[in-house]
Amino acid sequence: MRIEISDLTVKRGGRLTLDHASLSLEPGELIGLIGPNGAGKTTLMRAMLGLIPASGLSSLAALPPAKRALIAAWLPQEREAAWPISVENLIRLGRIPHRRPDADAAHIEAALSRMGLQSLRHRAVTELSGGERARTLIARALAQDTPVLMADEPIAGLDPAYQIATMQLFRDLADEGRTVIASLHDLGLAARHCTRLVLMDQGRIVADGKPVDVLTPDNLAHTFGIEGHFAQTKEGPVFQPLRVLS
Amino acid sequence: MRLLLSLSVLCLLLMLASILIGPAGAGIGESIRALWTGDDALGLVMREIRLPRAVLGAAVGASLGLSGAAMQGYLRNPLAEPGLIGVSASAALGAVIALQTGLATALALALPLSALTGAVIAVGLILLLAGPGGGSLGLILAGVAISAFAGALTSLVLNLSPNPFAAGEIVFWMMGSLADRSWLHVAIAAPIMAAGAALLWGSGRGLDALTLGEDGAASMGINLRALRLRVVLGVAAMVGAATAVAGAIGFVGLVVPHLLRGAVGGRPGRLLAASALGGAALVLAADIAVRVVMPGRDLKLGVVMALIGAPVFLQLIWRQRRGL
Amino acid sequence: MVKIAAALLIALASAAVAAPQRVVSMNLCTDQLAMLIAAPGQLVSVSWLAADPSVSVMADKAADFPLNHGAAEELFLDAPDLVLAGTYSTGPATDMLRRLGIRVETLPPANSVSDIRHGITDMGALLDQPERAARVLAQFDADLAAIRPGQARLAATYAANGFTTGPESLSGDAMSRAGLVLLADRLGLAGGQIALEQLVMAAPELLVTGSRYSTPSRAESVLDHPAFTAIPTTRRTVPDRDWICGLPAIAGTIADLSE
Repeated sequence: MRIEISDLTVKRGGRLTLDHASLSLEPGELIGLIGPNGAGKTTLMRAMLGLIPASGLSSLAALPPAKRALIAAWLPQEREAAWPISVENLIRLGRIPHRRPDADAAHIEAALSRMGLQSLRHRAVTELSGGERARTLIARALAQDTPVLMADEPIAGLDPAYQIATMQLFRDLADEGRTVIASLHDLGLAARHCTRLVLMDQGRIVADGKPVDVLTPDNLAHTFGIEGHFAQTKEGPVFQPLRVLS
Repeated sequence: MRLLLSLSVLCLLLMLASILIGPAGAGIGESIRALWTGDDALGLVMREIRLPRAVLGAAVGASLGLSGAAMQGYLRNPLAEPGLIGVSASAALGAVIALQTGLATALALALPLSALTGAVIAVGLILLLAGPGGGSLGLILAGVAISAFAGALTSLVLNLSPNPFAAGEIVFWMMGSLADRSWLHVAIAAPIMAAGAALLWGSGRGLDALTLGEDGAASMGINLRALRLRVVLGVAAMVGAATAVAGAIGFVGLVVPHLLRGAVGGRPGRLLAASALGGAALVLAADIAVRVVMPGRDLKLGVVMALIGAPVFLQLIWRQRRGL
Repeated sequence: MVKIAAALLIALASAAVAAPQRVVSMNLCTDQLAMLIAAPGQLVSVSWLAADPSVSVMADKAADFPLNHGAAEELFLDAPDLVLAGTYSTGPATDMLRRLGIRVETLPPANSVSDIRHGITDMGALLDQPERAARVLAQFDADLAAIRPGQARLAATYAANGFTTGPESLSGDAMSRAGLVLLADRLGLAGGQIALEQLVMAAPELLVTGSRYSTPSRAESVLDHPAFTAIPTTRRTVPDRDWICGLPAIAGTIADLSE
């Protein structure tokens, strides 16, 4: 599903937290949304979904909420699960937009096994470790079974194995023909797994393209104030941040 | 489903017990026969005194249990309880104003509607001050302030009453009682309670989704504004109607969802129906206890509920004290 | 107990040098007794309740007196040489007045017709008006003697919060003297709260209710209960003021009830 946004702008307290952002996202893409803290990554995704008021156009936000929920799943950064409900029941919440929460056991099973949660299915989410909880919430979003998945820092706080596994999963989802957008702070994982990076700074999109075209020394210096090493290897693109520029 | 069935059976048994227990002390068979056919004094006792009391007890309990479950689901906090956070106290204020201004005499429905208005203001303030972020501190502080203010105003209105009995009735309005309630009270409260129940019934899906936080729920197509309106009006209607006829009975909405949460797997939507039945059972049981433990002393229902509920409340606070 | 109290009062009263000249009463019951017995000009002020027709049988008469609200300060400013109070009324105010050196005398509430007779005599002694008290007492005795008790009927009072009177109360004594059999007596109760369903089951032949206030209260709503209004019985209303205080006027109430 193709998503179009143009001139999307969010004002908060007289300040532009999102400044005329325009993007066109295609099925099959895994888009890494990168940028320093406060660059507007979360704002961009929430405005795209229509969760916060914004001016400009977003093809997703234009949809009625019930319809939009069938097209885009959203994984907020706060890994909230208020009640001690079981992993399986939490994942089942992803079926809410389909109006038949108990019908689609197949989707729930698929999400459970895709995130390796079968053995935890009856555990209360409040008893899980941070990583287990993060995986459960990703599984919840998978169970929503939407052509678009948007995730806000989905791999923060996960151990390396699960970080890689999650990025690989997102890439697989993209290869299946979905559109996946994830905000990331780990530029190495972003460079390696994403088909496309969108670099943001102070509410604006400052670069958009293949990792090799976005993670240029110039962009890194201007937006992050860092220097890094980018290389194409036979394993694929590799990026390592090196030092902070003074 | 099995849970709801067994809770329903429990409610029916307790209702039967409630109808059969009383100071008039007639035999079981005789009492039940009098319920259908009796034209004598016993028939009068069964049909006009015990039956309305039992029906009202079940309705009040169901209202408080359901409201507690709905508020907790919306605020995502197990401490949210209409009695503790001032909603009942505000409803009592509304009811007392309707009674003392003569509004309730002019129009019977003015009593629960005025209580509903009081409750709407309190729920609105709570949502404004605490919000669905799930934080306990704002919730409890706002509740303390609203309770104290509504209680003080209720005392004031009652003190200004030229009726010396009314002036001493703050205890009833703060502790609640089902003694000597009649079909009239059932008729006043039932329609408002039914409207509130209908509103809250439809909120299950939204409350389930809110488990994932506001953003998560909104992204799944839940209209949070509509959900909030539903919860505010539904809770206010149920607590308002219950308080208008039975006074402010605390802790029902705290204890019942707490006890049943495990049985429904923590799902806020499923908790609604279970808490309604559980609330009815708890209030019926407490009202039976009031009559059995201290017959003839009009022991206030709220006293019994506080004895059961306060330890549960303390335990919950203890458990979340880091979050406060 | 009553006799000892009375003896004590009389002893105290006779200890006073002369008849009190400026008497202030701060209790509804002493108000009314004092108004009956005091010489003209002797009583300076009565409580505001004495002028409230819902609780006072002598509201008209009380209108002739300045009214007080039972606060120590205003009573002290009246410069009384005797303050009359009820045994259970306004402790702090009477304590304060005693500290200020004012003579305060208390009279116990009357729980029976014989208490009323003692009350009249005691009041006469306190006011140093024994002849006036004797005249009131003689008239009261004559009124009591004229009463012909009616047939023995089961009767109960029923009031706010489901209260019914027992034998050890003025209303209970008055009803017994009217020939009625008290339900509380029959049930072996000392009076107090009785459940509505017990009342319905007991089916008294006569139900006596009291005054109602225009604004509603939860306590009184039991009197509007459909089951209460459906009890097949004779109903009488006796205004609360008739037996709140022990006054000779109770003879009229007894006579009414015996019919």
